[in-house]
Amino acid sequence: MVNNINPGKKRSRYSAFQLFSKGLTQEDWPEIWSEPDMKDSYEVVIIGGGLHGLATAYYLAKNHGITDIAVIDKNYIGAGGSGRNTSILRSNYLTPEGVKFYDRSLKLYEQLSSELNFNLMFSQMGHMSLAHDDGGMRTMQWRAQVNQVQGVDSKVISPDEIKELVPYIDISKNTRYPVLGALYHPPGGTIRHDAVVWGYARAAHEMGVHIIQHTEVTGIDVENGRVTRVRTDKGNIATGTAVNCTAGWASLISDMAGVKMPVTTSPLQAAVTEPVKPFLGTVVVSGTLHVYVSQTDRGELVFGASVDPFTSYSMRGTLEFVEGLATNVLSLMPSLSKMRLLRQWAGLCDMTPDYSPIMGETEVEGFYVDVGWGTYGFKAGPVAGEAMAETIATGKRPEIIQGFGLDRFSSGQLVGEKGAAAVGH
Amino acid sequence: MMQINCPWCGLRNATEFKQHGEKPPRPDVANATREQWADYLYFRNNTWGVVKEQWFHSSGCRQFFMLHRDTFANKAIRSEGDVR
Ligand SMILES: Cc1cc2nc3c(=O)[nH]c(=O)nc-3n(C[C@H](O)[C@H](O)[C@H](O)COP(=O)(O)OP(=O)(O)OC[C@H]3O[C@@H](n4cnc5c(N)ncnc54)[C@H](O)[C@@H]3O)c2cc1C
Ligand SMILES: [Zn+2]
Repeated sequence: MVNNINPGKKRSRYSAFQLFSKGLTQEDWPEIWSEPDMKDSYEVVIIGGGLHGLATAYYLAKNHGITDIAVIDKNYIGAGGSGRNTSILRSNYLTPEGVKFYDRSLKLYEQLSSELNFNLMFSQMGHMSLAHDDGGMRTMQWRAQVNQVQGVDSKVISPDEIKELVPYIDISKNTRYPVLGALYHPPGGTIRHDAVVWGYARAAHEMGVHIIQHTEVTGIDVENGRVTRVRTDKGNIATGTAVNCTAGWASLISDMAGVKMPVTTSPLQAAVTEPVKPFLGTVVVSGTLHVYVSQTDRGELVFGASVDPFTSYSMRGTLEFVEGLATNVLSLMPSLSKMRLLRQWAGLCDMTPDYSPIMGETEVEGFYVDVGWGTYGFKAGPVAGEAMAETIATGKRPEIIQGFGLDRFSSGQLVGEKGAAAVGH
Repeated sequence: MMQINCPWCGLRNATEFKQHGEKPPRPDVANATREQWADYLYFRNNTWGVVKEQWFHSSGCRQFFMLHRDTFANKAIRSEGDVR
């Protein structure tokens, strides 16, 4: 059992001084995390090395002192939704449960760069959801009220105020979907998604967590209603605790433990343009037009939409998506007609009936789920990791995720977030 | 684009159709438990591979039919007019 770099070794801190001195000496930076050999037993096996798996491992180690953990991914870390999302962070949700939960995540994100000693490029540029009809305005008013009661900075603004924030938007009355107003959420914004994944991986690795890439989980053994073993294509691991953090693949992993899920998998696509000078200082979302747009620090425009019209495990981009996207973007910002798209891509989303996640224990002892992240789970990474770590360490779901249990589907207490999560992500 | 064979109209682009998905048997209204209702309403197999599901030709003849489809290869395999 040799570790080429032993986990637990103190990482070198990133700082302006380091950057300067490495620039002078041309010395290599140390590897961010090592590739330890997989052991044949772990206290906790986390399946899925996306943001959620890595954050859960990080908070288990940091807050609860549990470090005998393997995070296993069949691909490289961040190969799933965590490396494919459009990285919009916000907390202006619709239900009290949702607002409280996502706001805790935003607060954790605000101090995460310094906590992880990793520049996550979190830019709180503001987030705007447009309304184009009376129903839309009503939902925005509703959300603003729920948000304000919970202390979240969120309000409805008029077309003139929208125009002031985003001069390129078409607010004229003679469009097919005239802009009537918007829900404006100043603390919302975007972050560098890969950096979040790498930052958590580096910090978890430093505390002794094993990050095992390119290893596929192929089975979960359950004896007398308890998890006993996780099987992989590189050998078996004895463990009493397995955590499903596989998002779009969540049903397949839960099936291995014999746990059925209220989840369907749909592709979600996004696209990015060539870079241009900065002109868009806010994230703009239109639920009616099924489109949203933001500008990156490099100047590219990132476009997203709602999920594909039918379920699938295919991650291929489609022409229909680009056609629809272009039409909708141009009705919002006609001046973008000469922009060129550089790339498009797709990721898998684990959709739930109420657009809220499924977190916590299951009927199989030692088998936990942190899934149902749909199109909105990136912003939830920190709070989900924190809450799942507490659930696993103490055996009890903390207050902040009480409403998100798998049991809510038979008790009928769904947490309906569709009005705030279907397009805005 | 994926093309789907409507049993009544023939081969058409997938954009003409609406997926209604897995069709689990409806529980007995008088005696079903909460768990049986939850299972019927919310829980899905979400299969990787070939599934049999209900589709609706929404921009065509507006009839329902059953479709065998590969959810990974994204390919429609075979359609059946009988929706039961
Ligand atoms: C195009 C797009 C845009 C999005 N935009 C936003 C946004 O703006 N804001 C937001 O908050 N959210 C957004 N999301 C959603 C967000 O990306 C996801 O909810 C989130 O990344 C889920 O993280 P995760 O760690 O749970 O799963 P993932 O990052 O998907 O990780 C799951 C991992 O499990 C691994 N895995 C699967 N099967 C196995 C197996 N058998 N064995 C081992 N490993 C396995 C996969 O390789 C994968 O790496 C978007 C998603 C997409 C696709
Ligand atoms: Zn037809």
